[in-house]
Amino acid sequence: MTTTTSRRVRVDALERVANNIKRFEFVPIDGQPLPFFSPGSHVIVTMREGDRIWRNPYSLMGSPYDTDRYQISVLRVEDSRGGSSFMHESVEAGAMLEISEPVNLFPVVRTGHKHILIAGGIGITPFMAMVAQFKRDNTAFELHYAVRSADEGAYLDRLRAADIPGIHIYRSDREQRIPLATIIENQRLGTHLYVCGPQRMIDWTLQTAREEGWPDENVHYEHFNAPPPGKSFLVKLAKSGREIRVGEHQSILEALEQAGVDAPYLCRGGACGQCVTAIVDAHGKILHNDHYLTDEEKCRGERIATCVSRMDGGLLTLDL
Amino acid sequence: MIQPSIKSRPVYPGLKADRFAKSNIVILDTDGSDAFLDMARSVAGDFLHKTTVLLVKGPSNGRDAAERLNALNPGNLWFFPTLETMIARLDGVLSISRMGTRIYVAGSEPLIGSVIKTALHHGVVHDSIIAEHRGSLRRRVQCVHCKGCTENVTTNPVRCAHCGLTLLVRDHYSRRLGAFQGVCIDAEVPGEIPEAKVEFS
Repeated sequence: MTTTTSRRVRVDALERVANNIKRFEFVPIDGQPLPFFSPGSHVIVTMREGDRIWRNPYSLMGSPYDTDRYQISVLRVEDSRGGSSFMHESVEAGAMLEISEPVNLFPVVRTGHKHILIAGGIGITPFMAMVAQFKRDNTAFELHYAVRSADEGAYLDRLRAADIPGIHIYRSDREQRIPLATIIENQRLGTHLYVCGPQRMIDWTLQTAREEGWPDENVHYEHFNAPPPGKSFLVKLAKSGREIRVGEHQSILEALEQAGVDAPYLCRGGACGQCVTAIVDAHGKILHNDHYLTDEEKCRGERIATCVSRMDGGLLTLDL
Repeated sequence: MIQPSIKSRPVYPGLKADRFAKSNIVILDTDGSDAFLDMARSVAGDFLHKTTVLLVKGPSNGRDAAERLNALNPGNLWFFPTLETMIARLDGVLSISRMGTRIYVAGSEPLIGSVIKTALHHGVVHDSIIAEHRGSLRRRVQCVHCKGCTENVTTNPVRCAHCGLTLLVRDHYSRRLGAFQGVCIDAEVPGEIPEAKVEFS
């Protein structure tokens, strides 16, 4: 019951854009243009190597009006489960990959009168597409982009070359910090705030905005969790009685897919809630890692986001 | 409290103070002023200092409400004889307001709808406006045929004040207009019109 259809694309070009960050350009192989997308959208990229399959969400960072090619940026994650390493080490120009249709869980609120974008590190990617749209539409915006250093910040030259007064870059190796409270304390009514970056940056942004009296409705964030590793455990499917082992470096969703179960998903990062599944029984501790269920729902333990959450060992019976 | 009948029909969760806002704009009619007076009992010391209250006194002159609001000693307290004069001032206030401003509205639905409609023009997200319904259930109704709005509708069906058609008042609501939709009730058999009943007193 997956809600996305996939299509095959060819890697037309790739380049290293910063330490551990590569940019990939995908072109269609069937001659049909790619769909228009709205800024903030991501695609799920399916990577195959032997028996292993990875499916990771990556934000689209090109112009939304470029239907000839999609662009993504991939950060090689230190304790990578394999997907980002595969993209960095094994994918060359000409390689074939599968991508989903674009899905947007981080859209621009078009009724807003101004947009302030707060980016940390690889979190710049959805904002690259938004900036392209804002420039085209002559929309008021500011981009505040924090990087560790010049070597680790992607697209610094490109952003500087754009010569837009609202674009600001901060380097933490020079002790530069985003002065968020100052930025948001005197904005016009109808301004929206967007943050994409590490979890602590998101938490800090949400907290600062609240303390500055911003309504929650004007503050937006996107954070894809990679499924964290943990102890191996068993998943039992209540309807079929099947038992499937989830490996230490696997998510429940990945284990289900490997066993041929067509389980629902959309973002694969704990954000959208599409994969949330009813729990019939749980022996052991549930480790919720998603942003979708409320704290209260997580305590009740009646449902689980199979894309990022897992058990601390034991047995989990799902209503599947 | 108003119950949701169809998805389009707005509901209003009630006034609840946002203690972080740097300034507050509070729009009330005389019935709605009770809701704000209730909320004001439990707010922190400086809340009222940073609050501007706009009261539509209406035909009853609203002296009692005005006096009780005055006793709260808010930062600003302005009185208006009509909804329209209040909206003109609100529009000016919002045009110079900054983020960190919280908007509250309490009273009749045409008041709430007019405030939300005005705030939308300033880019405000409608869900961020804290609203409470008090008093009459009277409605603003837009005739879907001639597009004219009839104010203070209490009966169903109702005669369109513009084109004269008899309209069935639906729960289908337009946030853009702040009005419920009225549809010709005797289009199939002209003249077959049920007796009007007071449904929105």
